[in-house]
Amino acid sequence: MDYFAQQLINGLVLGSIYGLIAIGYTMVYGIVGMINFAHGDIFMIGGFIAMISFLVLVSLGLTAIPLILLIVLLVSMVITALYGWTIERIAYRPLRHSFRLAPMLSAIGMSFVLTNFSQVSQGARVKPVPPIITGGYTLHEGSQGFAVQLSNIQIVVVLATIVLLAVFTWLVSRTRLGRDMRACEQDQTMAALLGVDVDRTISMTFVIGAALAAVAGMMYLLYYGLVDFFMGFVAGIKAFTAAVLGGIGSLPGAMLGGLAIGLIETFWSAYFSVEYKDVAAFSILIVVLIFMPTGLLGRPEVEKV
Amino acid sequence: MSATSARPSHAAQPSGSAFILKKALISAAVALVLFSLMIGVRTEAGPQGGLIYWTRFGDLAALVGTVFGGSIIIELLRQWWGPVDKDRIVPKPVQSAMSFAGRWLAPALLVFAFLVPVIFYNQRYILDLSILVLTYVMLGWGLNVVVGLAGLLDLGYVAFYAVGAYSYALLATNFGLSFWVCLPLAGILAAFWGVLLGFPVLRLRGDYLAIVTLAFGEIIRLVIINWQSLTGGPNGVSGIPRPTMFGIPLTPGDDGLAAKLGIEFSPTHRIVFLFYLILAMALLTNWVTIRLRRLPIGRAWEALREDEVACRALGINVTTTKLTAFATGAMFGGFAGAFFATRQGFISPESFTFQESALVLAIVVLGGMGSQLGVALAALTMIGGFELFRGFDQYRMLVFGIAMVLLMIWRPRGLIGHRAPTVFLERNQAISSDLVKEGHG
Amino acid sequence: MSSDHILTVDRLMMRFGGIVAVNELSFAAERRKITALIGPNGAGKTTVFNCITGFYRPSGGAIRLAHDDGRTIQLERLGDFRITKQAKVARTFQNIRLFPGMTALENLMVAQHNALMRASGLTFLGLIGAPSWRAAEQRAIELARTWLDRVGLLSRADDAAGNLAYGDQRRLEIARAMCTEPVLLCLDEPAAGLNARESGGLNELLLSIRNEQGTSILLIEHDMSVVMEISDHVVVMDYGVKIAEGTPQAVRDDPKVIAAYLGADEEEAIAVMESGT
Ligand SMILES: Nc1ncnc2c1ncn2[C@@H]1O[C@H](COP(=O)(O)OP(=O)(O)OP(=O)(O)O)[C@@H](O)[C@H]1O
Ligand SMILES: [Mg+2]
Repeated sequence: MDYFAQQLINGLVLGSIYGLIAIGYTMVYGIVGMINFAHGDIFMIGGFIAMISFLVLVSLGLTAIPLILLIVLLVSMVITALYGWTIERIAYRPLRHSFRLAPMLSAIGMSFVLTNFSQVSQGARVKPVPPIITGGYTLHEGSQGFAVQLSNIQIVVVLATIVLLAVFTWLVSRTRLGRDMRACEQDQTMAALLGVDVDRTISMTFVIGAALAAVAGMMYLLYYGLVDFFMGFVAGIKAFTAAVLGGIGSLPGAMLGGLAIGLIETFWSAYFSVEYKDVAAFSILIVVLIFMPTGLLGRPEVEKV
Repeated sequence: MSATSARPSHAAQPSGSAFILKKALISAAVALVLFSLMIGVRTEAGPQGGLIYWTRFGDLAALVGTVFGGSIIIELLRQWWGPVDKDRIVPKPVQSAMSFAGRWLAPALLVFAFLVPVIFYNQRYILDLSILVLTYVMLGWGLNVVVGLAGLLDLGYVAFYAVGAYSYALLATNFGLSFWVCLPLAGILAAFWGVLLGFPVLRLRGDYLAIVTLAFGEIIRLVIINWQSLTGGPNGVSGIPRPTMFGIPLTPGDDGLAAKLGIEFSPTHRIVFLFYLILAMALLTNWVTIRLRRLPIGRAWEALREDEVACRALGINVTTTKLTAFATGAMFGGFAGAFFATRQGFISPESFTFQESALVLAIVVLGGMGSQLGVALAALTMIGGFELFRGFDQYRMLVFGIAMVLLMIWRPRGLIGHRAPTVFLERNQAISSDLVKEGHG
Repeated sequence: MSSDHILTVDRLMMRFGGIVAVNELSFAAERRKITALIGPNGAGKTTVFNCITGFYRPSGGAIRLAHDDGRTIQLERLGDFRITKQAKVARTFQNIRLFPGMTALENLMVAQHNALMRASGLTFLGLIGAPSWRAAEQRAIELARTWLDRVGLLSRADDAAGNLAYGDQRRLEIARAMCTEPVLLCLDEPAAGLNARESGGLNELLLSIRNEQGTSILLIEHDMSVVMEISDHVVVMDYGVKIAEGTPQAVRDDPKVIAAYLGADEEEAIAVMESGT
């Protein structure tokens, strides 16, 4: 039971990170209808920027950890958001009304660019950082010497996710930008005729998605204590899987899918085998889609004939 | 299209040096922010395990300067060139010249392909490269059945390549079966996996299909990595037998081909043999595909790409039609995999990553969906271009990614942008790609 | 007059969530006759077609198809493509659904898929170019040529379907449905968007299909001139239920029908009628 509780905590934390990335996939998909294959690498860039800015701040003599973390968070969100914006401008906008596969391949190309840009500019080796947020609580002392631990960093990750989701939900449901986004999602032509600046709205979608991915990247850095240039690929595929599992285009679905993938992965590693955890996640995705072809929360596609 | 009309037309776009300068400054500022930490600061794991860093402000300045200058040049070019549309990029006379050349291009390429080992007999590098290009041509033609004809998106095509390669490698090393026995087996096994993948995806559309095929590719790769007792795990399978010329080995020994023919042995013989082998396999793929397009099954694939609902209303079993497309594409992938294994003599999971699937998909899309000649040209361009950057090892994938983005922006519809009808009464006229659908699947 | 019904729809129900699009609808279509299904927008006509042709699975009721040889097929038990393949029911769509990137001829070849599939020995005979396959293919091309000729599109045989004019596309879709050699042809608003001359031509085409091929036709149509001129029997629907049925003349003079079309009360409609005549 204790072991189970511990895995539940671990799974939820991992799932939060996946969920944050998955939102970026789902948002872009909802509005532009494309799979932004470079999004996983945006997450990786976010992690790198967080790592570099942290290093620079510490070496500048800053010691107050909360202050450092706040600055790191802002810096990585801003710079990564600019990456998202630039990529949309360069690689996707020229292809917006074209053939469906063209933007997708452009995105795959962009993903190669980002992966290798970071490899070339920062080297191929894994970058470890010392534990920054330490300590935690022992929730329950088990009989066989096994204790359920809740570390502070886990609390931070989950809290950050909840706060971001709250802000994000408010943004989408209550603000002008959110309304424009929903309008573009329904019908871009009509939205444009009614005075919605479609280009700007799409840009903002990429900016917000990238900023959330940056937070995920920073959380990953804090939680696992390392970044490397290839981490975007695996995390990206998992988050994309999460978005599809939840029903691509659905924002709550993305978070739900993220948590599901995080839990599946953690429990599979804990009870069956670590090697096959990804196989389990992908297989469950396939099985779910067989029975629910549009994911858990996706709108069923009824084709009117 | 109507959404674009809401935007100002190109003609109304401001020009003038102030505008160009402003644009360049903005680009430079964006570049400065983007590269500030990633280029300006270099991190590395230090000797004690912790991270150390050093600054590279010189590189940063140079890069930002390049962006500034590049932006000015691009803007000047754009104004000199005028609004970019299709007719402008490829002027009408050039287009007609190209369609004329198109008629002769395929036969010319074919003749050239047959002559490659003769012309470049002493250039091992070129022979090896040609074999590589032909392998991708074959893969491209195989995937073209699924993506180009049936309009089903497959992001995990490499899985079938892997199944083919491992089928041959394991059957040959464990049971001593020869290449010529294993080749059909590899194709059949891959087709079987194609059907297996086909089943769950039948009801899925668009991007759900994309992720499932991608997941399938990853599952196969992960299983290969982890099922060590069977596949050797990350170490792969080595000592895969080389192909024989229908039983006669291409070795220096007494029973080798050279000895039998009474000529002096040379390792190039094997390379030439491999070249003709893959050429024959690719041409077979091409022949079968062209043939299939003119058969009801091929027409049903294309009809499926055009409109699935209409297909159902005509009594076409969409399920089996999709499955046959997956199986046929997978089978060709399996053949190519078996060839890959016998050529390399060694295979490992590293050769079957998502990048490989993406590359083959890029070849199909860049070729112009459904066009056999286009796919061959695209494979030549991509693999050949990739080789040009062999010297710049670490920048190679970077350049490759940039090229992929630029090629897509340049020709989103691919190099060959029309469809040839499969049957005609009087006139055999090409159909503009604007009318051809791309499928939802 | 317990005559020869090819299609019998019996208490058909179709619900979408809370909406009842078709409610306990019963009617029958006679063999070798043209039956029109009419009604105001949103009455549920297309939904009935979708149930008959297997695109929707009815929430209740039965749809029976009686073949010439006495075989009866329960259509609601068959799934989409089998209805065309085995029960020989073909349809067209309210929003034309051709294969726009294929030529007119290719569209008609695709329609003969099942016959050609058999002839090509499930592809294998075709792959080796067996003579029997070549002959079958030639016959298929001839059939397509015949239909192209009958709908007046022979000169456009090698043009992409997506490049044809609207009226031509409508007729090509009918030709394509006929190439499946159906016993029952369901046409969803074939005259929509046609000018007077074109719709006159359509009338002749449909009558000739009924008379020469002996194909029974079920027709949804808003254009009353078409309905009045060619249909043998008319079924009127409103809000998913049948409100009238009979000969074209009888239906035209039925106050309930006029009320449904005018969206008015029955008494008002009668008033309108009386003041009109
Ligand atoms: N797939 C569906 N899901 C939900 N509601 C549907 C669906 N298909 C049809 N309906 C509803 O059923 C009702 C009948 O629609 P239908 O298309 O059958 O009308 P119709 O008689 O063909 O009208 P029209 O003359 O405009 O073509 C409408 O209210 C429509 O919204
Ligand atoms: Mg209708």
